Amino acid sequence: MKTTEEKIMKTTINKDVVNNKMFITREFTGTVEDVWNAWTDPKLLDQWWAPKPWKAKTKSMDFREGGRWVYCMLGPDGEKHWAMAEYHKVVPQKSYEGLDAFADEAGNINTEFPRMNWKVTFKPSPEGTKVEIEITYSSKEDMEKIIELGFQEGFTAAHDNLDELLAAKK
Amino acid sequence: MRRDVFQAIADRTRRDILMLIASKAMTPNALAEHFDSSRQAVSKHIKILTECKLVKQEQTGREIYYHFNAQRMKEVDKWLEPFRALWEERFTNLDIVLRNLKTKKKKS
Repeated sequence: MKTTEEKIMKTTINKDVVNNKMFITREFTGTVEDVWNAWTDPKLLDQWWAPKPWKAKTKSMDFREGGRWVYCMLGPDGEKHWAMAEYHKVVPQKSYEGLDAFADEAGNINTEFPRMNWKVTFKPSPEGTKVEIEITYSSKEDMEKIIELGFQEGFTAAHDNLDELLAAKK
Repeated sequence: MRRDVFQAIADRTRRDILMLIASKAMTPNALAEHFDSSRQAVSKHIKILTECKLVKQEQTGREIYYHFNAQRMKEVDKWLEPFRALWEERFTNLDIVLRNLKTKKKKS
């Protein structure tokens, strides 16, 4: 039998095309303090930020207004993708805002990829903590790029499945 | 004529139209206000979207409303899937991190 702790939480994703925004909401069974720490302590962030089989690795983090987080996504074959976040506004255990971008190892922003403004809000909820993420793209083109990227990947994945299916039939 | 759904949503304006009417049904005039292109151009896009069943037109009183056919979109809602999958996986990882934090506290 499943315990309440294993209850599946729903992630909601909404988009506001007119204002180049995406909203992601999710509840967590943890105190606001714990959830806040998981988002702002690099030792904890590294444990969950990357989707498998990737690993997040923090190079440096200075979590305060004007501070930066420089990290990389480490692939299974050792490939690295560097990224950085710059914190603009921090209200402890309530919210933080900043800029998120692709970068190089020194944290220099790579302007060829979309940049995003983030606002992450933490609120107490019946389950524990509700986290709301608001991502604002700097232009309609940037948001399009992300959607198109996703669209293409989805399409490729569907094709890969088809390839497998065809191979199995042989 | 049967239209290819993927071809229909490969166009940026048509994706914008879908996202707009997904939030609420709209009259042709209300919809056209969101675009710089002519009303004619917008209705041409609507025609394509209707032909592939992504948009339904319903008459309410004297007005026609364009509705988003969510069921149809579900079949092709691949564009957001990788984005969603990324966040779902991140959050599942985060659930584990939070559970470990809780266990640690109980022990100490």
